[in-house]
Amino acid sequence: MTDSNTRQQVLVLYLATSALDTHVVGWANYDGTGQNFHMAGDNDTPPYKNGLDALVDGWRLIQASPLITHVPGNEYRTDYLKYEFFFEKMVSLADSSAETTNE
Amino acid sequence: MTDGKTKLNSLQMAEFAARGVLRFDSVVPPELNDKFLKEMGHVPLEEISNPLEHYGKVMSSSAIPVLRPGSLLSDAYPEHSAIHDILNLPFVQGTIESLVGKKPYFDHHFLHITFPPKFYEGSQQKSQHYHQDSTIDPRQAFDVQMMYYPHEVTLDMGGTRYLPGSHLRIVSEAAIGRYQNIVGQQRMVCPAGTLLFLHMGIWHGGGLNMSDKMRYMFKIRMNPGERQMRLWDTSDLGNEHYEQRPIFWTGTDPGDKIHQTLMKHEPWFEADTSRLEMMNRVRFWRYLLGDKNFDSDYWLTRVEREYA
Repeated sequence: MTDSNTRQQVLVLYLATSALDTHVVGWANYDGTGQNFHMAGDNDTPPYKNGLDALVDGWRLIQASPLITHVPGNEYRTDYLKYEFFFEKMVSLADSSAETTNE
Repeated sequence: MTDGKTKLNSLQMAEFAARGVLRFDSVVPPELNDKFLKEMGHVPLEEISNPLEHYGKVMSSSAIPVLRPGSLLSDAYPEHSAIHDILNLPFVQGTIESLVGKKPYFDHHFLHITFPPKFYEGSQQKSQHYHQDSTIDPRQAFDVQMMYYPHEVTLDMGGTRYLPGSHLRIVSEAAIGRYQNIVGQQRMVCPAGTLLFLHMGIWHGGGLNMSDKMRYMFKIRMNPGERQMRLWDTSDLGNEHYEQRPIFWTGTDPGDKIHQTLMKHEPWFEADTSRLEMMNRVRFWRYLLGDKNFDSDYWLTRVEREYA
């Protein structure tokens, strides 16, 4: 499904743990069809309660952040959101006028 | 109250340690807000032809001075200017002194002007990505950014978006731009004369102005001029503050209010890193108290119980 009439929509979810069925703490959307424009601060309500709900709604998981050994001496340092999951949907340009997430 | 200045109390300071943010609504009086807008070069919308030109005019003709970083904040602004007067309000003086000491250094300032949609017809505008100002900064000492809102900011004006509790995360400026929305994010919707004091590490970004008015926000970053230890009004710190409160099997007494404040989680913390955030807050509070033995909810004492 990669012909010239299909485009990728990307959903990034940040979850509370490494488990897909834990709640969403952050998110981002990018729409390759150009039909829906998303930006920082555009919504305060997560598109899904957890990562599993995104799968149920048809998103394909394409990447999950690995669990990384803590560097000695830096065990308590916090930085970037830790549990990042990338999802995609391939959509036909003809069908892309409606938003495909449940925002 | 000391020397006519109103310093922060311990609960406010704990709030700053925990969340990295203190907001004070309408603390700058209306006459000073008007004076500031007049001095910085606010003009009616009809007199502005385009954003770049207006910025150029404001930068070249406004009363906001061009300053070198590293000078004393007290020397930065001409006497009787609006900014000087704001910085010398007893409440503002006391807050700054509580956070960065009596003689903080001026780092930089900037007047953020956000224009309404009519100036961008035909082009897609977007809000500013989340970022942490400056660069990676793992100090325990901290800078403060005072954000001043000289007029009312309504929701559609796209006031500053910020994430409480993000200040202790060590990240690299724009690297967090991928995060469009985070649970618990806040937006500045506020009355005129509001001040927001931010720890330098707070994740934030400007919103999109969808109103029919200009939005102004003036920011001053200041560096501490001394070791930031007990600079606030500590007279309310009782003996019980230095004692542990029960954990897990706690009964109904929530314990000392400062401990409650320090240990309050943000809704966006991950399950495991929320505990690391508590540890880092205790470390920060130890630094502010100058007391290496302070603990809250036993987070550090447990892992420090090591024997040679």
